[in-house]
Amino acid sequence: MYFGLSEDQEFFQENIKKFLDDNASVDIIRKIATDQPELQKDIQGGLISLGINNLLVPEEYGGLGLDILFAVAVSQALGSGIAPTAFVGSYVMAPIAILNGGSEDQKKIYLSDIASGKINFAVGFSEFIGAREDCEIVYDNGKLNGRSIFVLDSNNASHIMVADKSGKIFITTMDSKGLTRNHLTTVDKTRSFSEVIFKDVEVELLEKSKDAISPIQKSIDAGRVALAADTLGAAQEMINKAVEYSKERKQFGRVIGSFQAVKHMCAEMAADLEPCYAMVWHAAHCLDEEEEESRFMSCHSKAHTAEVGKAVAKKATEVHGGMGFTDLLGLHYWFKRIGVNRQLLGAPEMVREEAAKIQKLI
Amino acid sequence: MDLNYGPQYEDFKKEVQSFCNEYKDLRFVDSSQSPLASDGKGKHGPELTRADWQKLLIERGYFARSVPKEYGGYGGDPDIIKSRIIATEFSKAKVPSGMGGQGIDMLVPTLLELGTEEQKQKYIMPTLHGEMIWCQGYSEPNAGSDLASLQTKGELIDDEWVINGQKIWTSTAQYAQMMFCLVRTEPDASKHGGISYLLIPMDTPGIEIRPLVDMTLKAGFNEVFFTDVKIPATNIVGNRGDGWAVANATLSHERGSLADPNATMNRVNMLIDLMKEESIDGKKLIDIPVYRDKLMALQGKVVAFQSHSLRTLSSKINPGQDVKLGKMIQKLVGTELRHELEGFAIDIMGEIGTLYEQSPLLRDGGSWQFIYMYFLGLIIGGGTSQIQKNIISERGLGMPREPKVKDS
Ligand SMILES: Cc1cc2nc3c(=O)[nH]c(=O)nc-3n(C[C@H](O)[C@H](O)[C@H](O)COP(=O)(O)OP(=O)(O)OC[C@H]3O[C@@H](n4cnc5c(N)ncnc54)[C@H](O)[C@@H]3O)c2cc1C
Repeated sequence: MYFGLSEDQEFFQENIKKFLDDNASVDIIRKIATDQPELQKDIQGGLISLGINNLLVPEEYGGLGLDILFAVAVSQALGSGIAPTAFVGSYVMAPIAILNGGSEDQKKIYLSDIASGKINFAVGFSEFIGAREDCEIVYDNGKLNGRSIFVLDSNNASHIMVADKSGKIFITTMDSKGLTRNHLTTVDKTRSFSEVIFKDVEVELLEKSKDAISPIQKSIDAGRVALAADTLGAAQEMINKAVEYSKERKQFGRVIGSFQAVKHMCAEMAADLEPCYAMVWHAAHCLDEEEEESRFMSCHSKAHTAEVGKAVAKKATEVHGGMGFTDLLGLHYWFKRIGVNRQLLGAPEMVREEAAKIQKLI
Repeated sequence: MDLNYGPQYEDFKKEVQSFCNEYKDLRFVDSSQSPLASDGKGKHGPELTRADWQKLLIERGYFARSVPKEYGGYGGDPDIIKSRIIATEFSKAKVPSGMGGQGIDMLVPTLLELGTEEQKQKYIMPTLHGEMIWCQGYSEPNAGSDLASLQTKGELIDDEWVINGQKIWTSTAQYAQMMFCLVRTEPDASKHGGISYLLIPMDTPGIEIRPLVDMTLKAGFNEVFFTDVKIPATNIVGNRGDGWAVANATLSHERGSLADPNATMNRVNMLIDLMKEESIDGKKLIDIPVYRDKLMALQGKVVAFQSHSLRTLSSKINPGQDVKLGKMIQKLVGTELRHELEGFAIDIMGEIGTLYEQSPLLRDGGSWQFIYMYFLGLIIGGGTSQIQKNIISERGLGMPREPKVKDS
């Protein structure tokens, strides 16, 4: 029995962290967020050369054939460095949707191309989770109409997968005729989100999603756990920064880290976050190996980590005083990343309601 | 990640399950002093006294598993996974585990680690069998969180320790045969270096016990006064002046045992049952979205804490896996969480939630109110939540200590 990440997983995390330390400093992030968004491509390219695109693609299609826990460990590392890259949509949710929903041919084509880096998917499942009134996605006779909002990882995507209300998944290229993409500006500038409008766009249906809900469900469950892991990494980084700062900054003739109010804030953050590690890894492990528990665990991980992340983001900012509020330090990029993760694929209240449904309490 | 205990444990697990199945309707024919103990009222299975149950558990290796046979244990090799399987299966089947208490949870491990052969022979067996109850004499009126400032005095005179002073908050002292006690024996040594760990028979002349009623209205703890209490010089664990280190060995045992996540999850499940039964204004509590959401939020926290306990378990069997911070947070998180959960049950019951003791309309025997208060005691006892936060920030996060105030 061993409960934790493997050496390989930790090694991969270290590689990512090192890459981000060297290539995605706060200054670079700020440039991406303000006037040089194109710098994002280099960072994503570098991360792809480390292999973040082919973790979940089986070996027979040219990928690494790793499990969801591995991808979740990677997500954690990307979160800690607030990596400005596509990941949860393009390289977790999309391959899982195709793996579970694609025909043999579809798997061969799309998974191989994801693994080789030739294509990458934006993911728009908003119609299935938290649909809005005027955004209905309608499929008829090979053509798709409607609007998908909060499409993940849409910035440089070559393809897009969209779901309708029933959980059917459709695939097409971003440059298809009749498809328009509008950038959505969120508080988090490290990742991109869009609304995509479809007018008689020719699409392909992921074959097994036609009458089974499990492909989209599995994709969303994994996406939720990966987002929880991103928050976990980002929140840990915020605690580290707060503790570090508290040991340097002096007021009243002593370092602020010797004031008990500050120490207790840090202790609370650590005590709240620490169990999230086990929870998120456990949820990922259930997705890999313990099917019955997996939906329950992924809902709880998503919701609970979102709550803890929010509290940590606030307290860690407070420990930095006015400096925490400035753009100078850039702490707010972590704050916002955590804030957006919280809302994606279901904010806590919504996901908890789902957890109740899974247990037949509703 | 590998959550399988391995095929060698499959048989063991089945064996424990079948034992649990045999005794799942166990009914005790005698009462217990422990307020959290269940008595199996209304069940119609085997009938046993608590002492016989305890002996049966030891005989089968489900209690005191790794305590050597010669001291009254089962004499198995220490095997954390087997212990875990036992705890999990008992908890699942709601079969009462063995007796707890400060003697079994704290003194026995301490003696096994640091006691003399004679002490082990004399004390461990009767303690495990529930025939020798212990109390913990640490806190004093002026030494609570700052325990090392304790002043109860012990002088070695003609082969006897002569003890004078006072202890307070001593749980179960009124039933105890023995006390493990911290006493200042080296007045000239440093604050921490002048303390010894003594074993005191409670029927020694000069001991006076005054029960203190606690907020649950049970006399959970006591004041204990010592006037020229004389005990043999050999009733010391470790060397003179080593008492602080000896006590710290047991404090870590206590903190680990205070908040079992499986027990907390059992309470979540009881709460779900309650919410399915109880209604207000014609609506089942579980059908009220606000309540349901709070229930789910709490369940999420308990799930996290349960997974966390698997991670700390793993660190015990996989050398090199570091979860130092993970262990430090357990007392704080576990006790606060349980208190919150019990308090939530009271809230959603509305006025009914305030009923207590033998009142009509009482739900679940009044256990929600009782445990709600009881856990506030655990939040304070054994190192308060604030002290836990000091420990986490200083030893876990490496933050500086408060500057010392002069002459304290
Ligand atoms: C139910 C229960 C059972 C108990 N059983 C036993 C027993 O069997 N044997 C025994 O020896 N003792 C027992 N105790 C005593 C227990 O260990 C003490 O109550 C506890 O250590 C706190 O000490 P105190 O009561 O003197 O509070 P104080 O130390 O006076 O604390 C009062 C408040 O000040 C805070 N505080 C104190 N120091 C600091 C600091 N450095 N930083 C921040 N805040 C601080 C505390 O957190 C608390 O909020 C029991 C207590 C309870 C509640």
